[in-house]
Amino acid sequence: MDTELILMQLFSGVALGAILVLTALGLSIIFGMLGVVNFAHGALFMVGAYAGLWVASLTGSFWWGLLVAPVMIGLFGMLIEYLLVRPLYGRSIDDPLLLTFGLSYVLVEGVRIVFGSDGIPFPTPSSLTGVVDLGVGFFPIYRIFVVGVVVIVVLLLWLGLEKTRFGLIVRAGARDPTMMRVLGVDISKVWLLVFGLGVGLASLGGVLSGPMRSVNPEMGALVLAEAFVVTVIGGLGSLLGSIIAGLVVGIVISMTALFAPEMATIVMFALMALVLLIRPQGLFGKLA
Amino acid sequence: MTDSIRNITRTNISRRRALAGLGAGASLVAMPWIARAADDTIRIGFPTPLTGPFAAEAKDQVKSAELAVKQFNDKGGINGRKIELLVRDDKLNGGEAATRTLELIEKDKVHAVVGSLSSAVQLAVNEVTRARGVIYVSISQSDTINEVKDFSKYTFHEALNPHMTAGAVARHSFKKGAKVAHLAADYAYGHEMLRGFKRAQAEIGAETVGEILHPFGAADYSTFMPRLRSMRPDFLCISNFGRDQANSIKQAVDFGLKQQAKIVVPVILHNQRLAVGPEVFEGVVGGANYYWGLESQLPSAKVFNDAYRAANGGAIPTDYGAYGYTGLSSLLMAMQVAGGTDTDKVIAALEALKYDVAKGPQSYRKCDHQSVQSVLVLESQKKADMKSDADLFKVVANEPASEKVLRGCTELGFPA
Repeated sequence: MDTELILMQLFSGVALGAILVLTALGLSIIFGMLGVVNFAHGALFMVGAYAGLWVASLTGSFWWGLLVAPVMIGLFGMLIEYLLVRPLYGRSIDDPLLLTFGLSYVLVEGVRIVFGSDGIPFPTPSSLTGVVDLGVGFFPIYRIFVVGVVVIVVLLLWLGLEKTRFGLIVRAGARDPTMMRVLGVDISKVWLLVFGLGVGLASLGGVLSGPMRSVNPEMGALVLAEAFVVTVIGGLGSLLGSIIAGLVVGIVISMTALFAPEMATIVMFALMALVLLIRPQGLFGKLA
Repeated sequence: MTDSIRNITRTNISRRRALAGLGAGASLVAMPWIARAADDTIRIGFPTPLTGPFAAEAKDQVKSAELAVKQFNDKGGINGRKIELLVRDDKLNGGEAATRTLELIEKDKVHAVVGSLSSAVQLAVNEVTRARGVIYVSISQSDTINEVKDFSKYTFHEALNPHMTAGAVARHSFKKGAKVAHLAADYAYGHEMLRGFKRAQAEIGAETVGEILHPFGAADYSTFMPRLRSMRPDFLCISNFGRDQANSIKQAVDFGLKQQAKIVVPVILHNQRLAVGPEVFEGVVGGANYYWGLESQLPSAKVFNDAYRAANGGAIPTDYGAYGYTGLSSLLMAMQVAGGTDTDKVIAALEALKYDVAKGPQSYRKCDHQSVQSVLVLESQKKADMKSDADLFKVVANEPASEKVLRGCTELGFPA
């Protein structure tokens, strides 16, 4: 097999990995900071894609959809936290899990009622169509753009969490919420914002994925599975872990696609099983 | 201590009560079946994947099947007996389909089963119906169901099969010496279509430059694209179904494969073309059992379209939707000839039936009960050439119904 193809495959893997990172970030942040396993993550990803499509068709511009939809759905996520998730804090981890699981069904059915169960086309913005020659092969411009967005989002998140006072409070709140309350921090407000951020990231993933596949009510199901695989491999709650794991999973899928294409989906789950056997807390997770 | 004793007693009583209640509930639920079995309604079971990646096609199947039932009921039913369609969600899962079919037969006492929308799931339905001696009219593509090991006298295949579909697409697209790269879904449908194409290629003299099997239900195809490009094909042949078709064609186009090769598919899907838009599908060629645009040439298509429009607020029937109509109509016509639901009489009537309800003349071949019918080859139109939103395809070819495009009975394992 020639090196050009292998290099190209490696690049495809990294690009796919970046998309996986994007889909996993929201799930990882909400679990890491709040300890809530958000089973509605995939559904919110899907709702985000529809919201982006809706805003884009109203304004006639993909860019408005990309900017407005994540904020809109992020606010909706804050509403979910305030009304539904908040009463369950302090109870076992299963309660919010079951709640969000039920919520995901409500969201999928709701979208089916409003938009129908058929897929809807989400055209690639005209300024980003076409392919670019990488020297070893051609790659869609839009996918390169998505990778760029992911890099920016990850950088902003890192800066926000590590370099700001708010980030400090969030990190401290994840360690010891009672102590934060004693110190006079309204931790409920912090959780509200973190939940909204996680949901906003899920919907950003949805909007960005729209032009790469058709938009339909079930598009979130596979995304939820992928996001879980990436966060489990990376270590539940570890942001760095999710990023590294997303890239590793992308490359592993891509290389498998080259040598044993029919295994390209299953390999992701095999990798997760292997990690769970050897290092149950995930690559970057801490032992409970 | 006393508290806990009281608790135990209370649990005991409530459990007994619960059991009694459960029993009463069960007999209540069971009652309607007994009542049902006694009345003279003709019941047709209809398992189809209402949820999952083929949901759009399944919904259309149901609408068309309901139209056929309504038309017969409006004319007074069959021998005065009303027809009832019992739709069940098989969730695109063989086990689920088998369970639902068994339920339809055992509890709902259906007289026949029509439906399913997957080459794999229909075999699971067929296992159940043939074991119970119930007529099954399958309305999705399969080659296997024609073969002697899966065939039974109760098994009818109204849909096209991969051999005839892929054959027609290949005959109208490939030339001698053409290089073909295959991307196929890794399950029965993909495998059978791939086999159909390769057989037709061998006759034409078109070469296979590579084949990739992709996991069923994949959302991202980007990792297959570099290898497909490196095969330098003249044709990229994508054999998958439902949303897999929309996603894989979209991404092949994104990766610029359309500039390099012509994209052909065994079955070009109306709903998936709608789901990704005209620019993506432009120039893609594929087979079909039905296209509403036939109405300009074919009176039966016009009648079917008009009835469908009237029943569905002006909507037009789609390809897989039409199977629901042709499949169910053929069964009900045979029941009418047979004067009722006697299984052997209906089978004889089906074998002798000549019908044209939507797409030109059709009849069931005696040996394998395959519906001999026309095969369409369609090409997705450029947006500028579309006369209306529904004007999706151009009819490239319409191969008339002929046994010649089927595999021979002896090849399928039937005695000569």
